Amino acid sequence: MVPQAMESLDRTLAALADPTRRAILARLSLGEATVNELAEPFAISQPAVSRHIRVLSEAGLIVQRVQGTQRPCRLANGALTELDQYLELLRKALTQNYRRLDQILAQQAERKDRKT
Amino acid sequence: MSELMLTTEGDTFVVVKRRFEAPPEAVYRAHLEPELIQQWCLGPEGWTMPVCINEGKPGGKLRYEWSNREMGAGFFLTGEILELDPPHRIVHVERMHFPDPTPDNHVVTTFAADGSGTLMTMRMSLPNTETRKAMLATGMARGMETSYQRLERVSGWKAAS
Repeated sequence: MVPQAMESLDRTLAALADPTRRAILARLSLGEATVNELAEPFAISQPAVSRHIRVLSEAGLIVQRVQGTQRPCRLANGALTELDQYLELLRKALTQNYRRLDQILAQQAERKDRKT
Repeated sequence: MSELMLTTEGDTFVVVKRRFEAPPEAVYRAHLEPELIQQWCLGPEGWTMPVCINEGKPGGKLRYEWSNREMGAGFFLTGEILELDPPHRIVHVERMHFPDPTPDNHVVTTFAADGSGTLMTMRMSLPNTETRKAMLATGMARGMETSYQRLERVSGWKAAS
């Protein structure tokens, strides 16, 4: 990997290491939001959210545009898409479902063994 | 071996493959009998299925109701069984209600003997953007866990670019 790509990867990983920033990304996967809107559900100050936004922006994960006095944020193309999130949600739900099903099937087999 | 495989076919279908250490008869039955479905088809921790109707015959109705007491949330699914070929194949249609119904999702589930176990393949429509957003809003209300798992994929994308 060339040093430049390595540096970019480091920035991405650092940006994703923080739970608030991951939550901001998850919120943005549902659509564009202003800094105020992003600050609302997280119970943290607007300056703190602005710092997180700067880190995400420098990592290339989100982009901001200017709209009057506001600077709404959205996910950068190719970053966390809503489709990725949906598929991950599905994977997680099914993984848990089928682990439970494994247990049910194992119990059924045990009961059958005992009978025979 | 029992790892879940989830792939997309274009932007139209999702295909899920999973192996179970039980014969096709048992896995097939667990997809049709309400008292079994209620024990496993629950998604993330915290959800229960207080109502499960599965008439288990072609033309039969489906109604699954999920509830999360901690969140005070719930949603339900309705559907119809279209074809049954025991113990190999179930074809059904389903829709989620949030509470507005999502477009019909046509699902084909097959159960193939694989040694002493079963290879299950489920092929379903990929929900449209609106449906995905509704599902995300329901599934993620408890937290934003899904994004935690993005680390690997995003770093992979970054490294490749």
